[in-house]
Amino acid sequence: MSDLPVLRRLASWDVFLCVFVVCMFVFGNELSNVFGSEAEVRTAATVFNTLRNVGEIMLIALPMTMLIISGEIDLSVGSAALLSSCVIGKAYESGLPMWQCALLGILTGALGGALNGFLVTRLGLQSLAVTIGTLALYRGLGSVILENNTIAGFPKDWVAFGYSDKLFGFLPKVWLVVIPVAVLFTMVLRHSKTGRAVYAIGLNGEAARFSGLQVQRIKFGLFVATGAMAGVGGLQITLRQASASPTAVRGLELAVIAAVLFGGVSIFGGRGGLFGVINAVLFLGLSRTILRLSGIKPNVLTVVTGGLLLASVIGPALSARLRAFQYFSRPTKPVESESRSGQTRLPDPERR
Amino acid sequence: MPEAPLLAVEAATKAFGGVPALRGASLVVRAGEVVGLLGENGAGKSTLVKALAGINQLDSGRMLLRGTPYSPGGPRDAEAAGIAVIYQEPSLFPDLTIAENIFVGRQPMSGRRVDWSAMRTEALGLFDQLGVRLSPDRTARGLSIADQQLVEIAKALSSKARLIIMDEPTAALSASEVTRLTGIIARLRGAGTGLVFITHRLDEVFEICDRVTIMRDGVTMSDRAVADVTVAGVIRDMVGRDLSDLYPKTSTELGPPILEVENLTYAGTFRDVSLTVHEGEIVALAGLVGAGRSEVVESIFGLRPYTRGSVTFRGRLLKSGDTGSRISRGMAMVPEDRRQQGLFMSASVVQNATITVLDRLRRLFMVSGRAQRAATKDWTARLNIKHASLEAPVQSLSGGNQQKVVLAKWLMTEPNLLIIDEPTRGIDVGTKAEVHRLIGQAIGSGLAVLMVSSELPEVLGVADRIYVMREGRIVEELGRDAATQELIMTAATGAAV
Amino acid sequence: MTTATMISGPTWAHRIARARETPVVVVLLAVVAGTSMVNSRFVSRQGIRDLLLAVSFIALMAVGQTFVIVMRHVDLSVGSTLGLASYVGVLAMRNFPGVPLFWLFLAGALVGLAVGLVNGVLVALLKLPALVVTLGTLYVVQGIQAVVVASKRINAVDLPKSVVDLGIHSVLGIPYLMWIVIFVAAVATPIARHTSFGRDLYAMGSNPDAAQLVGIPVPVRTIGAFMISGLCAGLAGALSLSRFGGTDVNAGIGLELSVVAACVIGGVFIFGGSGSPFGAVIGALLLKVIGTALPALKINAFWQDAIIGGLIIAAISVDRIAVVRADRKRRLESRR
Repeated sequence: MSDLPVLRRLASWDVFLCVFVVCMFVFGNELSNVFGSEAEVRTAATVFNTLRNVGEIMLIALPMTMLIISGEIDLSVGSAALLSSCVIGKAYESGLPMWQCALLGILTGALGGALNGFLVTRLGLQSLAVTIGTLALYRGLGSVILENNTIAGFPKDWVAFGYSDKLFGFLPKVWLVVIPVAVLFTMVLRHSKTGRAVYAIGLNGEAARFSGLQVQRIKFGLFVATGAMAGVGGLQITLRQASASPTAVRGLELAVIAAVLFGGVSIFGGRGGLFGVINAVLFLGLSRTILRLSGIKPNVLTVVTGGLLLASVIGPALSARLRAFQYFSRPTKPVESESRSGQTRLPDPERR
Repeated sequence: MPEAPLLAVEAATKAFGGVPALRGASLVVRAGEVVGLLGENGAGKSTLVKALAGINQLDSGRMLLRGTPYSPGGPRDAEAAGIAVIYQEPSLFPDLTIAENIFVGRQPMSGRRVDWSAMRTEALGLFDQLGVRLSPDRTARGLSIADQQLVEIAKALSSKARLIIMDEPTAALSASEVTRLTGIIARLRGAGTGLVFITHRLDEVFEICDRVTIMRDGVTMSDRAVADVTVAGVIRDMVGRDLSDLYPKTSTELGPPILEVENLTYAGTFRDVSLTVHEGEIVALAGLVGAGRSEVVESIFGLRPYTRGSVTFRGRLLKSGDTGSRISRGMAMVPEDRRQQGLFMSASVVQNATITVLDRLRRLFMVSGRAQRAATKDWTARLNIKHASLEAPVQSLSGGNQQKVVLAKWLMTEPNLLIIDEPTRGIDVGTKAEVHRLIGQAIGSGLAVLMVSSELPEVLGVADRIYVMREGRIVEELGRDAATQELIMTAATGAAV
Repeated sequence: MTTATMISGPTWAHRIARARETPVVVVLLAVVAGTSMVNSRFVSRQGIRDLLLAVSFIALMAVGQTFVIVMRHVDLSVGSTLGLASYVGVLAMRNFPGVPLFWLFLAGALVGLAVGLVNGVLVALLKLPALVVTLGTLYVVQGIQAVVVASKRINAVDLPKSVVDLGIHSVLGIPYLMWIVIFVAAVATPIARHTSFGRDLYAMGSNPDAAQLVGIPVPVRTIGAFMISGLCAGLAGALSLSRFGGTDVNAGIGLELSVVAACVIGGVFIFGGSGSPFGAVIGALLLKVIGTALPALKINAFWQDAIIGGLIIAAISVDRIAVVRADRKRRLESRR
């Protein structure tokens, strides 16, 4: 039995997102008509395309969600995925069997994550700055490994797995990996001790330390997990594009972070969940598909992405300020603040 | 008719969430006079200072500056009125130069440009006035606390402050730095500035101050010229609090030592701290704020490293800085700062209470929400925690109930040793007694307690044995029967009676 | 420090020795000198010209970004702003044939100021984290650009000759475009160093709470700084239009992180409180010089990004170590 009223739980942002995703699919045809096209959105092929194209964003968004909830961030995931892809290509070119190449790629990502984690948790550097640095570093190492070459000719069955294989006509076979991983991450974040600790760390790192939680160790683990999933994402990109090249990935890090924030995760840490983020990834993927089918440039969609991202942070901020205002009109008690490492300034009680 | 004093505070009251901090405090300062403001921790000195600095507003009572009413709406008003506060640890801009720190927000300009040379000259002039040598060109980062205070004093002078309040400026200063500060205070007094000097070191009071104002429990107890008072009299005024039977301690049979600390040292913070706690015993670590007590218990609990010495807990030597192994062996710690260190303020009662025992509430690797709620329900009932619902954020609870949530979170781990840093800070009298009763009960079931407390009645009422710390060292050990408020205060302040 | 310097202030030598930019300048000179010793063709007229052209718009954006970073925020929307501004510049020039070149810059500046205003208002008044806000505006602006451009690629033939010429010609061996950057940096550096606006930004970044307490008008300053960053990005749009003789949908995408990198390498402390626009320009130069020095040294040019990444990490590590050392020193001094 929960004390929280069922209604309030239903009215949450992630449920809203989920309903929206369903509606978009159901009314997809009508939506595309609005844009003046006759595209069929309600088809298995559309779902297949959408799911296949958001695969790596989904994979990386899972650990990124935990990382942001814990109060850190990783901007280097796109480059880590790229580096992993390059390593896979190079390894395959040198004659290793494909499964070893894949493993090597994932390991590369994990190592990249470990370096980020080391710099943040051991040297006490700010994760934003560190991962801007490693963003350049991993991208650079990718070009060092492959130079200007593009490696192709990966085994047919692997490429088919990443590009064309489907189940039930709509589910990309890759999602046989994505789904269990997503379930695993959701369970870990929601129900495991580590998951609870991640929220605690994000809410108040000092109190988490005083509660005996291994704050630095957990953060390090999250960075490694993020790197490893970036590695898996790199593998997926390689297979889908049937090639590895040092220019394959662009802007992936911001797409992932935008999805996470849009999914209702607070950039201050401590709040949000994977259900919302998973729906946000689907939402963004589906709207991209609909617009593309409607003959609208995918670039235009970025207005929607950005606008929604802004709306999802402006809304709560406005209502919080409104509430804070009411709060201060009453005399007692200071309001609880949620600040993180100086990136934000909070409403100051002195300045109404 | 005598001239109106520089500052007069009359019948000031202020309460925080129903807990009174000031209950009719008064304070008078004349130009060219140094007033020592004394009182135990929690006597209301800081609240009074904050009211003067414009950070808090009084509930009732009035403040007069040279006879005209003064009610600042914010720190800017205080500055405009010529009141400056020098805090124990000033908050400077570490990346700016010292000269710029003095003038930040109101730099001397020539045209639209900041006039750097005028700024330097004025800064040097101010340092001259204070009789110190400090380079105006270096950045404030890494400046010693004493030098940071000097920058603040220079800032106060440059804004033409007529009243300077120093809130325990000497707590973190070395002897030579105190001497320098004393000289500066003498100069300021000579120039007609009024000064309020808050300190716990009684020798300084006699050396520096013209008058002594003593507060206790939010009320001004006495206001006398220094010539008319003695150390013993001052201590009596400070500590004469009621020792009622609010603190029931049942004597229990002492078991073997459970915690042995030997020569624990962390350079620059505390030195050669040795103490022992036995099973079934309550040991108090008394002393002034800043004596290093919290740092010592944090090191014992593994939250801070130590450079030398050893901690033996239940017969095993512990490594420095490993909290996890301590908790699993039965050590628990209720920290000093409830809001920052003890609780996740926006999280629910359940989430807060069970964060320490998630391991035990698991089924197949998953933390069971039902088990979490059951455990919380059990403990909120046992500790009589009043809450709207188990899912209510702890920030909606009263201070006392918040503290009980922190206690619950650690008692759930069924510890052998409970370290409590300031068990009853900022909570109402009724809940205080309840917390003490809970500590007593826990002892009955074989627990040992190491308590840090600045409240003497609490220390005397609850503890079996008392260590007194001063300036990072243990300076006194007193048994329950031998201890008195005067003895503890004398040891803590280093005063020669 | 001697009594003499105490009175007169630090000498020039002292100031230079202590400046955060000095090590960057030294590294820059060392790379240039070292490379030209190995390969005398490195310092050729053409080489320098190409280098400066490539540096120009990144450096300009880094100048603006400095104002934002010193107050402990970040502006990720600069890349998109450049893209949109370059296209709006084209519109301005084409719809009013024969207007002077000035219009190109005016159009870019207005676009940049508008984006900066939005960023600043959201960060200053709603207290939203700059990272999220500018990430959002990055996408919005990029999308607007896509709508406006609608996949048309603008080539040199579509542009007035004056625009293209601006990107080609040089004075004293330095391209016009770089002169513009030098001019902007020469204005921006004293603004940061010598005006109360600039000093307030440093104070806000150094200790946000204290800045509030000493009465700095934090929201106004925040909006102002974001508008400067937007302005520079808008002008950079005009520059990139001249430099490439055209623009398209992808103009400016992904530049934001290079700009932040240029600032960090140029000694702008990512945690706020120190650094200068001048340093940011040097940082941008160093970024590009490394790129061109590698082939001249017969090192694989693909190492460029990796070296830059390493430099960024080194720069923030050095800052961190300095802070930790200073704090430890203070702790040990604080108690007898």
